[in-house]
Amino acid sequence: MSDAPEVKPPVVTPVRVVIALCLFAPFVAMLWVGSYAKTDPTLIGIPFFYWYQMAWVLISTALTATAYKLWQRDQREQRARAASKGGADA
Amino acid sequence: MKDGVNGVALAVFIFFFLAVTVMGFLAARWRKAENEQSLDEWGLGGRSFGTWVTWFLLGGDLYTAYTFVAVPAAIYAAGAAGFFAVPYTILIYPLIFTFLPRLWSVSHKHGYVTTSDFVRGRFGSKSLSLAVALTGILATMPYIALQLVGIQAVLDVMGVGGGENTHWFIKDLPLLIAFGVLAAYTYSSGLRAPALIAFVKDTLIYLVIAVAIIYIPIKLGGFDEIFAKAGEAYAQVNPATDKPRGAVVPPEASQWTYATLALGSALALFMYPHSITATLSSKSREVIRRNTTILPLYSLMLGLLALLGFMAIAAGVNVSNGQLAIPQLFEDMFPDWFAGVAFAAIGIGALVPAAIMSIAAANLFTRNIYKDFIKPDATAEQETKVSKLVSLLVKVGALAFVLTMDKTVAINFQLLGGIWILQTFPALVGGLFTRWFHRWALLAGWAVGMVYGTVAAYGVASPTQQHFGGSNAEIPGLGEIGYIGLTAFVLNVIVTVVLTFVLKAAKAPEGIDETRPEDYTADAGDAGVQVELPPATAGSAH
Repeated sequence: MSDAPEVKPPVVTPVRVVIALCLFAPFVAMLWVGSYAKTDPTLIGIPFFYWYQMAWVLISTALTATAYKLWQRDQREQRARAASKGGADA
Repeated sequence: MKDGVNGVALAVFIFFFLAVTVMGFLAARWRKAENEQSLDEWGLGGRSFGTWVTWFLLGGDLYTAYTFVAVPAAIYAAGAAGFFAVPYTILIYPLIFTFLPRLWSVSHKHGYVTTSDFVRGRFGSKSLSLAVALTGILATMPYIALQLVGIQAVLDVMGVGGGENTHWFIKDLPLLIAFGVLAAYTYSSGLRAPALIAFVKDTLIYLVIAVAIIYIPIKLGGFDEIFAKAGEAYAQVNPATDKPRGAVVPPEASQWTYATLALGSALALFMYPHSITATLSSKSREVIRRNTTILPLYSLMLGLLALLGFMAIAAGVNVSNGQLAIPQLFEDMFPDWFAGVAFAAIGIGALVPAAIMSIAAANLFTRNIYKDFIKPDATAEQETKVSKLVSLLVKVGALAFVLTMDKTVAINFQLLGGIWILQTFPALVGGLFTRWFHRWALLAGWAVGMVYGTVAAYGVASPTQQHFGGSNAEIPGLGEIGYIGLTAFVLNVIVTVVLTFVLKAAKAPEGIDETRPEDYTADAGDAGVQVELPPATAGSAH
């Protein structure tokens, strides 16, 4: 595999930190129950406790989707880098 | 409860049931592959499902009929505590985003059908793989039984469950028929049947929820009214326990329980064999990642559904068995024909996961017990034959369970199953990321978690039961009440880590790892990745 001396791309990149944050945020929000265990403000009569958690379904979906897009781009770039290097070696 | 049979609802119910039965048998011809006799074909649908089929299959699999009955039933019984299902399902997706694609890759590279296959390949330990397989089968059985309990609830409300005095055979006949149909088409069509039926199930469920969430609040005078009435009902003190029935917003004392239940359940869900079966049947790792962004639609649905529990209180539904609250609400609120549609949604919603679960349990038995310990030289045909038979046996077992034992037994076992299955997390997910853990340490950690979880759950009393009364107990050292499964899991991890250090220092023999780092990131199209597994196709690709 690695007969050519290879400069390994860094494992931790800004993009990957953002991905990690996107995936981690729902855990903080949902497990901190004290932050949302209240009745007011209500939304069309539904207590805050319930509509806030349902709103988080949408927020976490958006976050996971963002993570997915960023990850795809990250992988593409990595592959492109590997391919151009492979081409130069050959 | 109204007396007698609700004829219109029953007719609609039977119509849908017949329709999916026909679909179930025709499913074998859908996207048919060349080699029907391989276990990949019957047990994983040829590993060929794309984004949408996977979405329906996973949705149909994870959000079971029992969920639809039990989550609002929990809200009906105690209020806010039952809503933990929503944060639970929110947390699942970021979690599986990180580890499932790795499992997909390594499984497709090495032809793993079950999680135990992977554990054996990774750690070179048959006993660890056996532990994972047994836990999976044990945890799945009561889950299947609960699906039948869900069908039973619907039949009861429609009036065909029979009264207490009916002869047992007449009373259970509808359930036996439903069961027979399920068994027959799973046997003949394998995973393709539930995948196809999941379309019908989800369409019906979305329709019913959309109607219920708009129509019922209008009839009951809006959400303000609903929550006001629910609040009054929860505040009433239960003379048996001397505590209020529940709360609309969880008080501080129960917030730990809420959070640990959500986290523990989220960690456990994808340890269940049926979740993994549905995942491995997808055709690429991209399908899985893409699915983590569209599956949360089901969580939204679950949240709306949970609100039906409050509506049942506001509508004055009064049932002693909480499981009947939602079917009864539908019967009271909807015109007969639409109640029939709603019941069909729940009934079919039970068939899909029951089929997938029995297939998953059968795969585990065949691959990790039959082939590893009983008949190592079994051919692909023999494997498939054994799997089909076992899937039948598992269902008969579940049926016997439901018919002979009290329903609460099934529910207790299911709670225990959740605690147990979580104990396979370190071996599976740990193994996907690192080979650092020692196989014996993982086995010891698993055993400690299983024993602690079972003993702790045994000690939980409730107003109606002395043992197994719930899945929450005091967390040692913290003094808060939390989910037993999570506490056992933490213990499990501690034991595993400590023993790994010890065993490494003692130079205990490590098993042989047959996987390589690049196997975990391989995707469809890469060399050696088996997409469609029938040997003929795989061979032609080389």
